[in-house]
Amino acid sequence: MLGRTAGGLFWMFRYLERAENIARLIDTGLRISLTRSGDNEKDWTSILKTAGVLQSYSETHFVEINLSSATDWMLRDKSNLSSVLVSIEVARSNARMVRTALTREVWEAVNEAWMLITQALSRKVSERDLPTVLYLIRERVAYVRGSLHGTMLRNEIFNFARIGTFLERADSTARILDVKYYVLLPSAAYVGSSLDNVQWSTILRSVSAEGGFQMSYGQRPKPREIAQFLILDNRMPRSLIFCANKIVSNLSYLQTGLELEHPSNAMAQNLLNFEKDIGDIFDEGLHEYIQDFLLQNAELARQVEIDYRFYR
Amino acid sequence: MIQTDFFDEMNGIAGQNIRQAYQAYQNWYQTEDIGRLRKKQKESERLFRLTGITFNVYDDEKAKERLIPFDIVPRILSGREWARLSQGIRQRVGAINAFLHDIYHKQEIIKAGRLPIDLVSNNEAFLPQMMGVNPAGNVYTHVVGIDLVRTGPDDFYVLEDNARTPSGVSYMLENRETMLQLFPELFTINSVSPISNYPALLHQSLAESAPTWVDSNPKIAILTPGTFNSAYYEHSFLADKMGIELVESHDLRVIDGRVAMRTTRGYEPIDVLYRRVDDAFLDPLNFNPKSQLGVPGIFDVYRAGGIAIANAPGTGIADDKAIYSYIPDIIEFYTGEKAILRNVPTWRCGDKDSLKYVLENLADLVVKEVHGSGGYGMLIGPTSTKKELQTFKRKLRARPRHYIAQPTLSLSTVPIFTKSGLAPRHVDLRPFVLVSPNRIDITPGGLTRVALKKGSLVVNSSQGGGTKDTWVLED
Repeated sequence: MLGRTAGGLFWMFRYLERAENIARLIDTGLRISLTRSGDNEKDWTSILKTAGVLQSYSETHFVEINLSSATDWMLRDKSNLSSVLVSIEVARSNARMVRTALTREVWEAVNEAWMLITQALSRKVSERDLPTVLYLIRERVAYVRGSLHGTMLRNEIFNFARIGTFLERADSTARILDVKYYVLLPSAAYVGSSLDNVQWSTILRSVSAEGGFQMSYGQRPKPREIAQFLILDNRMPRSLIFCANKIVSNLSYLQTGLELEHPSNAMAQNLLNFEKDIGDIFDEGLHEYIQDFLLQNAELARQVEIDYRFYR
Repeated sequence: MIQTDFFDEMNGIAGQNIRQAYQAYQNWYQTEDIGRLRKKQKESERLFRLTGITFNVYDDEKAKERLIPFDIVPRILSGREWARLSQGIRQRVGAINAFLHDIYHKQEIIKAGRLPIDLVSNNEAFLPQMMGVNPAGNVYTHVVGIDLVRTGPDDFYVLEDNARTPSGVSYMLENRETMLQLFPELFTINSVSPISNYPALLHQSLAESAPTWVDSNPKIAILTPGTFNSAYYEHSFLADKMGIELVESHDLRVIDGRVAMRTTRGYEPIDVLYRRVDDAFLDPLNFNPKSQLGVPGIFDVYRAGGIAIANAPGTGIADDKAIYSYIPDIIEFYTGEKAILRNVPTWRCGDKDSLKYVLENLADLVVKEVHGSGGYGMLIGPTSTKKELQTFKRKLRARPRHYIAQPTLSLSTVPIFTKSGLAPRHVDLRPFVLVSPNRIDITPGGLTRVALKKGSLVVNSSQGGGTKDTWVLED
């Protein structure tokens, strides 16, 4: 398979994952706005930060951060290179480039996602229409994922698609943890405060995990358990360790039959070292732990590009 | 001077008698509800959009990808009509290949005085680098599209030959798929020659054109200029259907005398390259030093027999609009037979007398650029304003050699489906031909392009034309 095609698949699925994660973050922000009255500037600032687009927002905006300005920036601003609109455009143009590697079902799913989402985002989305639009984004990305699983051969092509997905997802979950880590620290936990309950459910909601968490840990979230769940739980498809395991297995499939071992293989193995006792993680410092993970995850992504000749 | 009594392929000249090939269709149509057909027409659009079968329009930022409108009324040819056409096409394509071999070797046709030498030596499409090169099986044009128009029941003319990188075959195939989905019942009441084996035939044809030293399973790839090219959909479509790689020039590199593509596991050599880029962008070392595109050194590999390139570089000399007017002579020279398919009478504006005639009769003529395509830069006399005619006259006087002129033909019409039912529109036809060292295959039918505007003679998709499914009946 062509290196360029591998790169196209990788980015196609990274950007689809990104579009979905952004939609989920906006949904979380919207929920906070609805459950709390008054000034939401802090909450939306935190959402922008989690999405990794706060700096670019500040460089281009001189208005205060509120629901309308933040959602517009994250959903449809073309100068925000991680907006849903840009993500879906990039995903689709990569899909078009690698059209021959996709089944008709996957191509049509991504093409239709692009048609419907760009249509829905062609005008500013009013607060009233937000839930429908956010739902559309998540639904359409899910269709692409579904057709990938239902119709694609489990070969190199599938592996590059999955590696892109999980590198992006790990990055997203880690950033959510990083922005919110202070509410997970034991010192900050005065249990039962309504403020913290909102913060915690925000975190769970932003990874679509409220139900899963309750099923596994019961009704009353404890910060330590939330951290355990999002970092270490191998049943949770958005946890860091789950993503790391997937990246390792997809990369090792690509490695079969090759005489020389690629550096990316060892680097992926290193991600598995992040699996340790939650108590130790807190002792060493949650913030440092997450920072380190983000860094290694990003370096791994760069090494995959080199090892599999995406560009040269 | 637009004629009004055109030959309609469904209804004949006076519009009274349904022609035989359309009889079964007409019977079906009469029992159809027009509302249902409207829905089907809409549905076809949705199907095309979903497939992503679009083409890019240059210089149109807003509509980077556009659909070519599809019309749900098929264009139907009888088996007898097709038999004669395909015989003529076979003869023509055979002669074109013989001509290309001659022009890049001994140039007997020039020595015999049947073709003026300056038409070759002063022609941009002639590639001196191709002199003495021997492509496998002497095939130069592996894929050809012959543009035909019709003016009466038995009157077909060749409008132009496309011997470089003809496109449109994906539309031919998708149009059929769409018709099969929308109107399966029509294929029960008509026995339509199938076309779905085109990709398999193309693959076979390309494989047979591999350099002779290559074993039985040659590595084939399609070379595309990239996703921004107007025919990108077609390139990816064909690669997909043939199960081969779709490469861009920066995926390729010359290594150890072979052309190789960059895979995730290193460079792999290619044996046959079906290129959909122009000669000028093939090899910056050999053709166009300014080009960022292309594979440096690929032409040297080609000349040494290390790779087959389809179509061969330099085939443009055969479909040049000035050479076109000599094709009947070319056919006679190489086959010893009279041309079966007629040419449209053509004035070469480079000739003094012809230029004079063209300038005097411009309002009745169609003028085309010798190297133009896609309907860009052409003038249709009868529908042009006085001012447009004056401007064009200046162009003609300034660079007469760059133009040819032809009479406006009364192109046949085929009905399209409109809001108020069937209405006649002008059509042309591009059959697709595959040439391998062993055979010439012609896919029954081809791509019918249709001018959607009433009275318009311009069928090019870049100028708002549409397409139809084309049927050849097995009678």
